[in-house]
Amino acid sequence: MKVQITINNKKYKVDEGKTILEVCEENGIDIPALCHHPDLDIKASCRLCLVQIKGVKELVTACSERVCKGYNILTESAEITKARKINLELLFSQHKEECFDCVWNYNCELLRLAKKYKKYKVKINRFEDRKAKYPVYRFGNVIEFDSSKCIDCRNCVEMCSKQGVGFLEIKEKGSLFQVVPSAKKNIDCIYCGQCINHCPAGAFETVDEFENIEKPLLPACRQAGKKNKVVVAQFAPAIRTSIGEEFGLAGGKVVLGQLVAALRKVGFNKVFDTSVGADFTTTSEALEVVERIKQNKNLPVLTSCCPAWVKYVEQRYPKYIKNISTTKSPQTILGALIKTYWAQKEKINPKNIYVVSIMPCTAKKFEIERPQLKVQGMKSVDYVLTTREFARLLMRRKINFAKLKPEKPDAVFGNPSGAGVIYGATGGVMESAFRTAYEKLTGKTLKNVDFKKVRGMQGIKEAEVKVGGKVRKIAVINGLGNAKKFLNEKKRKIKQYTCIEVMACPGGCIGGGGQPIPTSNDIRVKRADSLYSLDKAKKVRKAHENPIVKKVYKDYFSNNEKIAHQVLHTSYNKKPKGPVVKL
Amino acid sequence: MDIIKELKKHNVLGRSGSCFPAHLKWQQVKSAKAAKKYIICNGSEGELKSFKDEYILENYSEYVVEGIKQALKAIPNSSAFIYLKKDYYKKFKKRLKKHIKSSPIKLVKKRGGYLGGEETVICEVLEDRRPEPRIKPPYPSYYGAFGLPTLVNNVETFYVAGKIAKKEYENEKFFSVSGDVKNKGVFKLDKCSTVKQILKQTDNYPVFDFFVQSGGGAMGEILLPRELNKQVEGIGCVVVFDKEKTDPFKLMKEWTFFFLQGNCDKCTPCREGIYRIDEMINKNNLDKKTLDDIYFVLEKTSFCPLGKNAYKPFKTLIKKVIK
Repeated sequence: MKVQITINNKKYKVDEGKTILEVCEENGIDIPALCHHPDLDIKASCRLCLVQIKGVKELVTACSERVCKGYNILTESAEITKARKINLELLFSQHKEECFDCVWNYNCELLRLAKKYKKYKVKINRFEDRKAKYPVYRFGNVIEFDSSKCIDCRNCVEMCSKQGVGFLEIKEKGSLFQVVPSAKKNIDCIYCGQCINHCPAGAFETVDEFENIEKPLLPACRQAGKKNKVVVAQFAPAIRTSIGEEFGLAGGKVVLGQLVAALRKVGFNKVFDTSVGADFTTTSEALEVVERIKQNKNLPVLTSCCPAWVKYVEQRYPKYIKNISTTKSPQTILGALIKTYWAQKEKINPKNIYVVSIMPCTAKKFEIERPQLKVQGMKSVDYVLTTREFARLLMRRKINFAKLKPEKPDAVFGNPSGAGVIYGATGGVMESAFRTAYEKLTGKTLKNVDFKKVRGMQGIKEAEVKVGGKVRKIAVINGLGNAKKFLNEKKRKIKQYTCIEVMACPGGCIGGGGQPIPTSNDIRVKRADSLYSLDKAKKVRKAHENPIVKKVYKDYFSNNEKIAHQVLHTSYNKKPKGPVVKL
Repeated sequence: MDIIKELKKHNVLGRSGSCFPAHLKWQQVKSAKAAKKYIICNGSEGELKSFKDEYILENYSEYVVEGIKQALKAIPNSSAFIYLKKDYYKKFKKRLKKHIKSSPIKLVKKRGGYLGGEETVICEVLEDRRPEPRIKPPYPSYYGAFGLPTLVNNVETFYVAGKIAKKEYENEKFFSVSGDVKNKGVFKLDKCSTVKQILKQTDNYPVFDFFVQSGGGAMGEILLPRELNKQVEGIGCVVVFDKEKTDPFKLMKEWTFFFLQGNCDKCTPCREGIYRIDEMINKNNLDKKTLDDIYFVLEKTSFCPLGKNAYKPFKTLIKKVIK
């Protein structure tokens, strides 16, 4: 229901029950909000979004107060400014500023507000940093948490728990609570990186976020006594509709051509599309599903592309390890193909090839270190840069991304099917696999390839599909916390499903921990929609119909069964907790 | 007897310190539409120098339980918890159980620091979550423990209800008197007593130069001898300080220690503001401008009543005693 309210002496008709902050955002009225994140519960803890309601004595927080008919709201006044200024100074007193290397890239809310209230003389160093000596933690080879930057909003703790992980905890030390990694033996970080996306203070980053972003390009440069390597880049499906945001372009804008041009510009010798790897993953996984159905063994098949999910199963649900598809993820299949098939074709010694993946994902950094993924003794991917890290590299090189002339990826692995592109969104793997598995199971052509039931941002999506006279149940799980719920639900019979897709990050890879910040459901929807529009525009929309997939299966895999297996498949095992180092 | 009407007639205000009219809360929970409701008797007493709930549980637990039974009767489909500080739980478990008999009243141990006694924190604790306050509204009367309408009242409020039910209520209130006095203890006096009356009637009025903390032992305000014609608010603590013997910095240190331990560190002004007050006290360097700023955000922007009131003792002591 619409109600009339007054904000800053102007009348508005707004939806009753929305918060003051939501209403103000919709009407372009600026209210500072630091601990507020649309993905998370309302906490009202930073105390910056203070506003006044006529007739109410105290200041109220706009993030938590819901509008009622007749509210007369002031969002700026001397009292409000004073309160915001002091609380901002107090927040800065716990935050060690390191703006030059921060994931927020000078775009954080703290700095914005310091500037906004500049004329009121906000002193960001009014108090001594009380956390100056707080430790930095490193989780595996992936995530760094600098607790001296933490402003105690606890968004990370909530997000970690929403993910069903619970690795970040609040612990009382002395009289103060601190965010710390769990010391519990069975609770481990899965490297999804959602803490990075949800921290307003830049306390989380990847291990490589700043110092190491040039590193993957070094092998391309002649070093003393060493021969140049061929440095090959591959980029994930999700990036083509997100990296533009880092350069001020609209959320979800398709920037495939600029991305390829940028990769060449910074010095990559070859540029391939991981979506082509996804076509191989789909084809292999669909065959696996068909095989398991025939043998009625290890069903349901759990998807394997998300390394955070795979690690979660290995540590928390080892009984389902046998259900995970043994097919490798797109980046590792493509990496393996580059070092085998492509190397052979181009007559390059694979040891002289250095494969770098540009990924929306932080856990991919962990994935490439898995020993089971080696192909002929080599790592299939040598380095992973996240979307953010690659964007930062471009900024350092002063490359004007938006103005780059679009280029095409290199042939061979440059042209994916539509199915390979939608991998980046939740449900995409399932939809791709269905397009292929249906045809493999029935021998018939699938006419309507759009599988809309598995699209969208709901946490758990279920569908029944009729394949070859039999109704099969499938489920798509969006967000790891929902997977935990799904698996723990007593009434649910996991065995009744044929396939279950799980993506750890909200919205799938497009909402990954390596993606541009800020993030929100609206932004993720835009990124996903653009992937689906790319799919729709493709002539080839089924993975197994991609000519390069057909060619490699026919010319290469069919007479190299051992290599085919090494390129396409991997194994899993129960894992102990990874290292957590205090720096 | 319609107990809610009686509570209204006697103008009973909640005895936890916030002084909310008891009959309103009872009526809200009674009228709320829900299949099940909860009643919580709050015996988590955690303010400094307050021991009246302990005294009541020690001497009048029968009336407390009677008050809870009245609430159970007044509010259909309800069951109750008595939420007790750990040592009280140990001390009064047997006694309370004796009076509870077969009534649906469970004893629960408190978790967390001082703030563990705040009404929404208790709801969180009962649901086995972190002891942190919830955003209000919704108030517990509508959305309390397990999302159901919940009546949360102090031990003393239930004592009053029990007394009323037995037609023995005489407008009494319990006051904890401590500090530099001869006769320390808890006294049952008229609920409208002023600080002066309390000190006189308990034969505690000092002969030396002194000041008083009135209300709570941490959150109460500092009063000078000429200001004692004020009623004692909050949880009814009166603490007398011999001006000559009292080191105000040591006293403030006691308070900051209490607040730093007892708060939940959720909101910025309370977590950081009190930390900075403590820092200034430790450095023996009180900066007036900074103090004023912190008082301001504590009072105006804290999440819960703990932070909103925490500025009072510092502000009044520094203004009136340290100068």
